[in-house]
Amino acid sequence: MQKFTTLTGIAAPMPLVNIDTDMIIPKQFLKTIARTGLGKNLFDEMRYNLDGTEIADFVLNQPAYRKAEIIIAGDNFGCGSSREHAPWALLDFGIRCVVATSFADIFYNNCFKNGILPVVMPQEVVEVLMADAKRGENARQTVDLVAQTVTTSDGQTFPFEVDAHRKHCLLNGLDDIGLTLEKATAIDSFEKKNAVSRPWA
Amino acid sequence: MTARTLYDKIWDDHLVDEAADGTCLLYIDRHLVHEVTSPQAFEGLRMTGRAVRAPEKTIAVPDHNVPTTLDRANAATMTEDSRIQVAALDKNAKDFGIQYYPVSDVRQGIVHIVGPEQGWTLPGMTVVCGDSHTATHGAFGSLAHGIGTSEVEHVLATQTLIQRKAKNMKVEITGSLRPGVTAKDITLSVIGETGTAGGTGYVIEYCGQAIRELSMEGRMTVCNMAIEGGARAGLIAPDEKTYAYCMGRPHAPKGAAWEAAVAYWKTLFSDEGAHWDKVVTLKGEDIAPVVTWGTSPEDVLPITGVVPNPADFTGGKVDAVQRSLDYMGLKPGQKLSDIAIDTVFIGSCTNGRIEDLRAAAAILKGKKKKDGIRAMVVPGSGLVRAQAEEEGLAQIFIDAGFEWRLAGCSMCLAMNPDQLAPGERCAATSNRNFEGRQGRGGRTHLLSPAMAAAAAITGRLTDVREMMV
Repeated sequence: MQKFTTLTGIAAPMPLVNIDTDMIIPKQFLKTIARTGLGKNLFDEMRYNLDGTEIADFVLNQPAYRKAEIIIAGDNFGCGSSREHAPWALLDFGIRCVVATSFADIFYNNCFKNGILPVVMPQEVVEVLMADAKRGENARQTVDLVAQTVTTSDGQTFPFEVDAHRKHCLLNGLDDIGLTLEKATAIDSFEKKNAVSRPWA
Repeated sequence: MTARTLYDKIWDDHLVDEAADGTCLLYIDRHLVHEVTSPQAFEGLRMTGRAVRAPEKTIAVPDHNVPTTLDRANAATMTEDSRIQVAALDKNAKDFGIQYYPVSDVRQGIVHIVGPEQGWTLPGMTVVCGDSHTATHGAFGSLAHGIGTSEVEHVLATQTLIQRKAKNMKVEITGSLRPGVTAKDITLSVIGETGTAGGTGYVIEYCGQAIRELSMEGRMTVCNMAIEGGARAGLIAPDEKTYAYCMGRPHAPKGAAWEAAVAYWKTLFSDEGAHWDKVVTLKGEDIAPVVTWGTSPEDVLPITGVVPNPADFTGGKVDAVQRSLDYMGLKPGQKLSDIAIDTVFIGSCTNGRIEDLRAAAAILKGKKKKDGIRAMVVPGSGLVRAQAEEEGLAQIFIDAGFEWRLAGCSMCLAMNPDQLAPGERCAATSNRNFEGRQGRGGRTHLLSPAMAAAAAITGRLTDVREMMV
């Protein structure tokens, strides 16, 4: 997994609530057996007309935001399906951080497994970041995972919370499975105990 | 001992390891796998030379992509990419030695219907699947939730999941439901009350008389949509109905093991005085048959209501409602029962079980769908289909002008050929009304199977109570 330490980049404003995983990556693109290549279909139905041409006013089609690395959005980002194709599509497009007032549980988890940092901020901070993002490509924001802060283009800094374990894994690009397999003895002994107490399970 | 909730008890019984920072390793009893969210996970195992730790606890079934038309044995009914995904599952199941129900097996169906039907899902278990509607299995008093593909790989390799404990939320439905009101109306009404983020960070336990009075099928419908309320999982404490449903299923315990299991299952309830972080109470008798009018499952109103005005909302929801109404082609003040529909879809892991088909057939018996309406019934599994044929339900649907399909996810997420055309409007018993969910530009109104049947007859959203004698 790609590490995440600090990032300074263009932030795309998406002032919508309940941006769901069907919007992020519609189902017709889930028929892949790879993790890569989904970036071109990120937000497909919002981004392209039926004939495949771009919808000019969609934020990621605007010249200022075509290279966005951060998304600033409304409540409950990533609600809906468990499809990891959603963070895969974001990552493949180049998005490494999403800031919102809240996230759906499974999407939030999935981000950390793919080197994307989801940042929860209170409404008033999201409004400041949204206004800053609307200033365009010169308004670069900085996300610092080490210090746990987001800084606007004009230097206003806001702290955020992140789980210590997830932060550690993201900072170091660690693979969860490798870490868990170090606890194989604990899993073995759980299974032995379980075979006696709940043999039907 | 401290009073614990049902969730606390299941959690405690599956805790393998707890790190100093509170990160936990939870043991997984059942891992359900389907073709869409698993190929990258199996590929990951191959690349690292890892095996599936507990293949006997891992069950795979293709459901999302598979055509539901009667000619699906013909490979030409599938697109090339769908065929590759299903073939990958065939191969992965064989290579890794996991339990498998291929498309050709009569037991094939939607993974969340097959699991309980085959007795894989039992009370007090932890159940995961790379699918958000895994919440369905919570109806058995098992802790069940959706996971991403990276987590699918993690569970395959370690039979555990890295978790932090969620908070406890109680949703109580007091009293009894009125005639014409179903489990679907309960679960939609709860989401209407709490919002789609109302359950975020929580595991919900549904309780109260109206929940106790539901069948297992109804309880699965309620828990299925816990995810639409934002919750990690939804649970219902097991009782005699649960044991009766499980008894004799192919993978349920038998003999002395059954007795031991039931004795354990009887300990699975929330203790008096257990701590709840959030409590929501609805009166069963206040719940009406409901429909959704917008593009979020929280956009719920009784069928007797009217399309709301964006100005009646606050915050980000004002713009969201306007966007929904534009997408749905609706105007504020329009009566919901005046909304004409083109398509009726009965099926999905929410409402594709035998009881759902019985409820729809009871309304349709001796009647016909309105001319010009496309209507289909997609049973949740091959066994549900067989039972419905045996009970004469299939004939009622066919006589009413419905297509009688084979099992799969079908038009719930429209990954297979069952899709809406742009602007087409559907009365659907599924779980999501998101933009484009049933096909780009398609418009979805969520409702119960009985309400869907009523809509097929009149060609518009209809109060099913008007058709009940």
